[in-house]
Amino acid sequence: MRRLPLLLLQASLSGLLLSGMPVQAQEKNSPQNTTPTAEIPLATPTPAEPQATQESRPPATQTPAATPEPAPGNQPEAGAETDPLTQAATLLQDKSFRNKTEAVDRLITSGNEHARDWLDALLKGRLYFHKENGTIAFVSGSVIRDARSGDRLAEANQQDFRKITINNSLRKQLRTGIARLSLSSPDTAVRARAVDAMLGSIDPETAATLQTLAETEPDPDIRANMQLGVAMAALNTGTVPEQLAAIEAVADSLHPGVRNHLNALSQQDDPQLAAAASQALQHIEERIRLYGYAETLFFGLSLGSVLVLAAIGLAITFGVMGVINMAHGELIMLGAYTTWMIQQLMPNFIDYSLFLAIPAAFLVSGAVGILIERTVIRHLYGRPLETLLATFGISLILQQAVRTLISPQNVPVSNPSWMSGTLEINSVLALTLNRMYIILFCLLVFAALFMVLSRTRLGLQVRAVSQNRAMARAMGVRSARVDALTFGLGAGIAGVAGVALSQITNVGPNLGQSYIIDSFMVVVFGGVGNLWGTLVAGLSLGVINKVLEPWAGAVLAKILVLVFIILFIQKRPRGLFPQKGRAAGD
Amino acid sequence: MLLTSLLKPLAGDRGGQVMLAVLAVAALLVPILNMLPAGHALHMPTYMVTLLGKYLTYALLAVAVDLVWGYLGILSLGHGAFFALGGYAMGMYLMRQIGDRGVYGNPELPDFMVFLNWQELPWFWYGFDMFWFALMMVMLMPGVLAFIFGWLTFRSRVTGVYLSIITQALTYALMLAFFRNEMGFGGNNGLTDFKDILGFSLQADSTRIALFIASAFALAGGYLACRHIVTSRLGRVTVAIRDAESRTRFVGYRVEDYKVWIFTFSAMLAGIAGALYVPQVGIINPGEFSPLNSIEIVIWVAIGGRATLYGAILGALLVNYAKTVFTGLMPDSWLFLLGALFVVVTLYLPQGLAGLMRQLKQIRRFGRAEA
Repeated sequence: MRRLPLLLLQASLSGLLLSGMPVQAQEKNSPQNTTPTAEIPLATPTPAEPQATQESRPPATQTPAATPEPAPGNQPEAGAETDPLTQAATLLQDKSFRNKTEAVDRLITSGNEHARDWLDALLKGRLYFHKENGTIAFVSGSVIRDARSGDRLAEANQQDFRKITINNSLRKQLRTGIARLSLSSPDTAVRARAVDAMLGSIDPETAATLQTLAETEPDPDIRANMQLGVAMAALNTGTVPEQLAAIEAVADSLHPGVRNHLNALSQQDDPQLAAAASQALQHIEERIRLYGYAETLFFGLSLGSVLVLAAIGLAITFGVMGVINMAHGELIMLGAYTTWMIQQLMPNFIDYSLFLAIPAAFLVSGAVGILIERTVIRHLYGRPLETLLATFGISLILQQAVRTLISPQNVPVSNPSWMSGTLEINSVLALTLNRMYIILFCLLVFAALFMVLSRTRLGLQVRAVSQNRAMARAMGVRSARVDALTFGLGAGIAGVAGVALSQITNVGPNLGQSYIIDSFMVVVFGGVGNLWGTLVAGLSLGVINKVLEPWAGAVLAKILVLVFIILFIQKRPRGLFPQKGRAAGD
Repeated sequence: MLLTSLLKPLAGDRGGQVMLAVLAVAALLVPILNMLPAGHALHMPTYMVTLLGKYLTYALLAVAVDLVWGYLGILSLGHGAFFALGGYAMGMYLMRQIGDRGVYGNPELPDFMVFLNWQELPWFWYGFDMFWFALMMVMLMPGVLAFIFGWLTFRSRVTGVYLSIITQALTYALMLAFFRNEMGFGGNNGLTDFKDILGFSLQADSTRIALFIASAFALAGGYLACRHIVTSRLGRVTVAIRDAESRTRFVGYRVEDYKVWIFTFSAMLAGIAGALYVPQVGIINPGEFSPLNSIEIVIWVAIGGRATLYGAILGALLVNYAKTVFTGLMPDSWLFLLGALFVVVTLYLPQGLAGLMRQLKQIRRFGRAEA
């Protein structure tokens, strides 16, 4: 009987808060307000936690969930009458929804460690009671468990149980109740989720809870969210000066709920309030639009990185060597298939497979590239149109080889776990990790290639041969070997691009074909023989594409980009960054 | 008199003479063989007639490509697009001819428009119920596109590989565009389910033979026209442009004008080929715009021998016959073979089969002289 008055006090307190208690009063009351949580250790029938943990943890997070499993014998000890579960059980069996509401209220404020499970089951329609002896049970499928002990009632018959029905207002009460209980969880993630859930539909009562909890919340993000919740409640129910203060407080928030509240406020009669609200709203929408641009830019850059990756190998073979390699797409495809094969070889180490696949793909595609150069392209230097046809033939052969040897269908390439997930900047901007990695990877590959060409002996020889073959040979450069290595380098980069593409697109025999035209566009747009041009062209084409997409649609955007490049080439036939000097002559 | 002036360009063109003679014989013989009773040993089934007709339209397309590649040095990877545009123009006429015999029975709208819930015919479909208008569009649609494209490109002196790549981008962009339902050309499925042309059922043997003969005439006419161009003064200029563009310009010729007009003419020929192709195969869809198709045309020309015109016909017929045979016998091997053809021809047969024959002849003559 000892705690019943306390429960009643809490019920009346929440009723008081519901009726629109001013913020100041709430703050003044806050010491009392801590009762639901501060009282929890007392209310729990289990023994209190050791003193040490109590000190190390703020009281807010000290919840029944943290206490060890109750001993089976502790229920008689707690006494049948004072046990909140028993009271709730009796009330829940009543048909009247008012009594059920009362029961749910008691469960929420009881601090009992089973309360959350009960509420959860009730919300999901899994809470049943026995028609004769009133035992409360969880029923899921054919499994019936005692709601107190969690033991399975093997001999129980489902016919004897009746479901506890709920209505909509009860559902709402349950959701906030569960969220409030979760708010006191020791697990940061659970608390963060609970706060997020509460922000959707905030009422003064929960706002009061949030306010008290915010003072002791150790995590700054969660605390900020809690304070946001308090301000949002004040927007709804506070006095005009409070509402103005709250508008000030939420003016930087991007939460959709804030916008709803502000929208409602901007329709208000009070001119000052309406003006402040619409100004804040404008400010927020401005920021959202800005983040929208940032997102488009991010999508564009990630698409652009894919284009750059696909094109950069071509920039070497086409740009530096003047060879039209129509089999470039198939070299990309080989890289993607190498990734698949590596994953087949080490199915238990998918997370690490990419690190092995990158060098492997470089070697495989590079080797095939050198083979192509030595057998075919070597004979066709200086006849670019013929190279185009011959390498196109090679691309057909490689495609058909993959179809015949592996499968005409797509093969499944899995993503390592560290690539999935998102980086959430705020509630309107979330960046997917795999796109981030693609951008990073593209820049890395570009930097590596740039270093090879500008800092190594091979790079020097490559540039020498491309600028003046005869002179380079006279200086002792073995031009045939340099040709083979350059082509191998370009092909190897294509293979590395294939590893990246295997993570974001379907890996099949047609993979290369779908990228070859885009790659050529990037190289031509950027200016042949210029790596920087390729980078700038690829990234900007990606961004242009994504900017056009919202109002033109994906296909039309692509068509527009193609038409744009065709027209651009008319204006500047040598691309964005034309090669200067004598080497550019032909 | 007219005939002699028409055939004048054939003087000294042994390959062309043989080719046209064979074509004339085929145009006479094929209908006769087809009309023989079904059990007869020499009877030619109608599907074979249609197949041959299809080859002839490909040959005309190859001639068009050879004109710009062989004599003007423009490697167009977009002629498939002109072919397909001509095909679409013809397809639109054939669609309108269906009338209310479609699945939905709408007398005004083709089936796919009814399916897309369109209320009225888009403006660009007007006039296609008239054959003469469709025929005009068959040449105008590819012609205008080629003119605009050529006017822009050649004036800004985009040449060589760059030109090839942007022609490829052109056909790729068109393919993407025609795949869209909103374009009003049947989207993915294209135009199909044709019933009749000029009131004759497309299923009838006689219509098929007529289409075959029309294709033969178109090919002969196209060949003679191209031959006429390349043997005239105009042709000499084009060859000069091909071999030394800057020098020709410095001599005083307006290179871009020559290029634009020859390119446009070639695109119109390709459009006519497409228009004859569609009623024979019974469908036109955006797949015809695929860059692969355009490159394939180039390889027909390369195999036959560029800058000979009759070589283009030879290459188109041979490669397509091989394609039919191989895709029937060993479907997997065709792409290997086609790929190998690309490589072998560019490496070892830069003059194509026509060049090979010329070489053989020279060796024989040289050998005789020695003996």
